[in-house]
Amino acid sequence: MGNEELIVKLQELFPAASIIQGNDWPEISFESGADFLSTIDVLKSDQTLAFDYLFCETCVDWKTHFTMVYHLDSTRFRHNIVLKYKLDRETPEIDSLSFVYRTSEQHEREIFDLFGIIFKGHPNLKRILLTEDWVGYPLRKDYDDPINMIKL
Amino acid sequence: MDVIITEPSTPFPGSVHEVPGGGIVLSTLDDVINWARSNSLWPLVFGTSCCAIEMMSAASAKYDFSRFGFEVARATPRQADVIIIAGTIVNKMAPVLKRLFDQMPDPKYVIAMGACATSGGPFFYNTYSVVKGADHVIPVDVYVAGCPPRPEALLHALITLQEKIKSGLTRDQIRAQFQEDGK
Repeated sequence: MGNEELIVKLQELFPAASIIQGNDWPEISFESGADFLSTIDVLKSDQTLAFDYLFCETCVDWKTHFTMVYHLDSTRFRHNIVLKYKLDRETPEIDSLSFVYRTSEQHEREIFDLFGIIFKGHPNLKRILLTEDWVGYPLRKDYDDPINMIKL
Repeated sequence: MDVIITEPSTPFPGSVHEVPGGGIVLSTLDDVINWARSNSLWPLVFGTSCCAIEMMSAASAKYDFSRFGFEVARATPRQADVIIIAGTIVNKMAPVLKRLFDQMPDPKYVIAMGACATSGGPFFYNTYSVVKGADHVIPVDVYVAGCPPRPEALLHALITLQEKIKSGLTRDQIRAQFQEDGK
């Protein structure tokens, strides 16, 4: 499916979401509170979309809120979308995708490690890169480490 | 046009005493050992980021640091003479680097290649994970500027290290001298 067809199809399925054409792929954005797991379920199980592969998962700190960014790919149809999900800064919680896409298990551990996002339902949510006793989440914009960091 | 034939910067140390039928080379043992040592330095295979690519380039056919006696790269610190710190040293890598250096036999030498190994480089400010210069962890003999340095710069650093070795005592000999002097 081409990008224009994808956008039409996604608007049919998710009338509440905002969908724009990004640099390469359609971008579909959800506000916090939207039912995330059922969205993913539709994207994966729909016979014409068939997004069966999560090839990138990351997070952005916008200071006022977090945005989770998922890059989905269909190995059957070779089309991609970018899925964005807004999170509150005070309660950064989202459902884990580790039972939908196994690859997200490691991605989510890394995002938890560096951004402090809590993934509900993750089987092994603990630090992966930093030491177990590390305090804070270094990729947050308000992270401060007076010993190791020289501020500019 | 005059052709200037330059002497090798440091020829074989010593002088030739002419005698009928030939000559006798006069030198000191330390100088001969340093001369031999400086011309066969085995580097440790150690690269933590993109400087390692330039180091590999310096080892390959176009630049070929085997011309200066650096070609025997060892994968174990126990057989290496010099460690070229080719890349960023992060806090998690620092104890590994220290252990590798400790396992190298004396005399051992260190080249800090590139901005990261010299000072932290692009990771000096606003970084929680990078050591601001490898000399916080182990003593460095030669620093190379660049991000990454070109292979010529690394070759220059290798030749500079050879000059340093030929010019005097090793780190341990200097330390022993200090201890004799009671400092």
